[in-house]
Amino acid sequence: MKTKYIFNLLSLGLVLTSLATTGCHKRPATLTPLPGARTGHIGDVPPTQPLGFDNNTTTSTGIPPVGNPIPMSKDGHVGWIPNTDALKAETVYFDFDSSAIKSGEQSKIDNVAAYLNQNPQAAVRVEGNCDERGTEEYNRSLGERRALAVREYLVRAGVAADRVDTVSYGEDRPAVPGHDEAAYKMNRRDDFVVLTPPQ
Amino acid sequence: MNKKKPLLLLTLLTASLLAGVAGAQQEINISREVNVIGGVKPLPIALSGFSGEAAAVLKFDLEVQGFKVVDDSSAQYELAGGNNGDVHGQLNDRTARTSLLAKAYSGGTTRTQAHALADDVVSAVFHMPGIGQTKIAFKVDTGANSEVYVSDFDGHNAQAVTHDNTIVAAPTWVPRHLALFYVSYKLGNAHIWFHNLATGARDVFARYGGSNLSPAVSPDGSKVAMILSKSGWVDLWVCNIDGSGLKELTHSPQDESSPCWSPDGKWILFAGKVGERRVLRKISPEGGEAQTISTAGAGSPSEPDWSPDGKWIVFTSQYSRGFNICVIPAAGGPATVVVEGEDPSWSPNSRTVVFARRTGNGRVLSLLDVFTKQVKDVKQISGSDSQPSWAK
Repeated sequence: MKTKYIFNLLSLGLVLTSLATTGCHKRPATLTPLPGARTGHIGDVPPTQPLGFDNNTTTSTGIPPVGNPIPMSKDGHVGWIPNTDALKAETVYFDFDSSAIKSGEQSKIDNVAAYLNQNPQAAVRVEGNCDERGTEEYNRSLGERRALAVREYLVRAGVAADRVDTVSYGEDRPAVPGHDEAAYKMNRRDDFVVLTPPQ
Repeated sequence: MNKKKPLLLLTLLTASLLAGVAGAQQEINISREVNVIGGVKPLPIALSGFSGEAAAVLKFDLEVQGFKVVDDSSAQYELAGGNNGDVHGQLNDRTARTSLLAKAYSGGTTRTQAHALADDVVSAVFHMPGIGQTKIAFKVDTGANSEVYVSDFDGHNAQAVTHDNTIVAAPTWVPRHLALFYVSYKLGNAHIWFHNLATGARDVFARYGGSNLSPAVSPDGSKVAMILSKSGWVDLWVCNIDGSGLKELTHSPQDESSPCWSPDGKWILFAGKVGERRVLRKISPEGGEAQTISTAGAGSPSEPDWSPDGKWIVFTSQYSRGFNICVIPAAGGPATVVVEGEDPSWSPNSRTVVFARRTGNGRVLSLLDVFTKQVKDVKQISGSDSQPSWAK
């Protein structure tokens, strides 16, 4: 132990001696210059090289897939006026980690289909939501699947597919705060927002 | 690529102890792969001569990269130096009786100089680059809305990237570029945006009908994997970095989520389902059949991230009462449960992971030194912080 300590002292001395002879400001020879002081904006971070993108954002090819899924229309009803109250009573609830529509919930979707039949100028946005028991991106996908399940039901009930938009909020927009099943069961849901054309 | 000599030595030692006799080569390799996660003892190091911010930075950086700061009597390594003026330091290995480095730093702040010294210590001992000067991006939830932030890896110097008063999600870096992809609901639905942090310019990247989710850029920067519902199902898609060449990779009524890339760019790894069972799967970006990767011992996996050295996959496992960070060998295999938490992202040197963990007041970000299981919270900013992505 003692010899080791002496050895360390010796090696330390050697290092210091070599530093003293080579440095000009009592500083080790291996001086590492760093980038200048941060000015506090994001552009400071190396390494950087701007990416080139063409200005055309990607667009839908519109090729319908073969099979059951019902393709989305491009961009939905941008600029239409939302009404969150008209179909507030029809919110559909789901079981944990499931997008299956329970038989007890179907009459609410039938009511939504009837509303759309009576209001031929209106469209609807189905908003899928989850409880917090799931990872964030998993829940964002699950919320979309819940919205798509109800959309599919509406289309089967005769509503034109291009009148139904979907959005998933994952676990970001709980209806009820709280961390228990009483809150969770109210948060696993699809809300309906009526959309009417801008005046 | 990176030579981890001390680590390898330790793990081989562990492995041979477990194997009992050093005879069966195959068995040693297998047990080494499993036991290295969370089973390595941190290297004891003593700091002397540092004060205030420099001392705090050195302790933090070293303890999330394989060291444990101890008092002088029990240290194998000693880092002596000071920060009266510029930071300087020298590292001695008492066991090997050698001096490993002697350096001083100029420019920057005391913080950046101390980070640079910690990086040099990590490099001298583990023969891999340190993480002291790396960046993370993450989501900050302020209640009804959320914004994307960027900060140093330890949470310092945080800056808001978005100010949109809407929901954002899943920020991810473009490899080797000062640029992010993320999801924003700014235009009503979940669209994928590209944001050049060097110029501040941004643009919508994917705005197909339905949801546009979970972007992930290939390691060579040429492709973007993402989750789209444009077909009417929630599927995994890939396209070129300029938006062209869109291709549907999975086509199933179940939902896929959270894709990431293998470091060689040959695989996209994602959370999917076989029947109703949640699994991790990988698929070629060219298409073809997806393969399930075993996560034995860790159910309901999601949010995978493949280590940059290609060896490991870290992911979130969900169980009845919460979430665990788990690690498997990249080929799949028995999972090691490392710590409670979710949404892990590897450091560029494949040593440390940044992740989110839930508290009574929302989520906070923490760093996990995967091999020693040491955990430290990063500096928090107000709100709930989640979905970290480590710049690589």
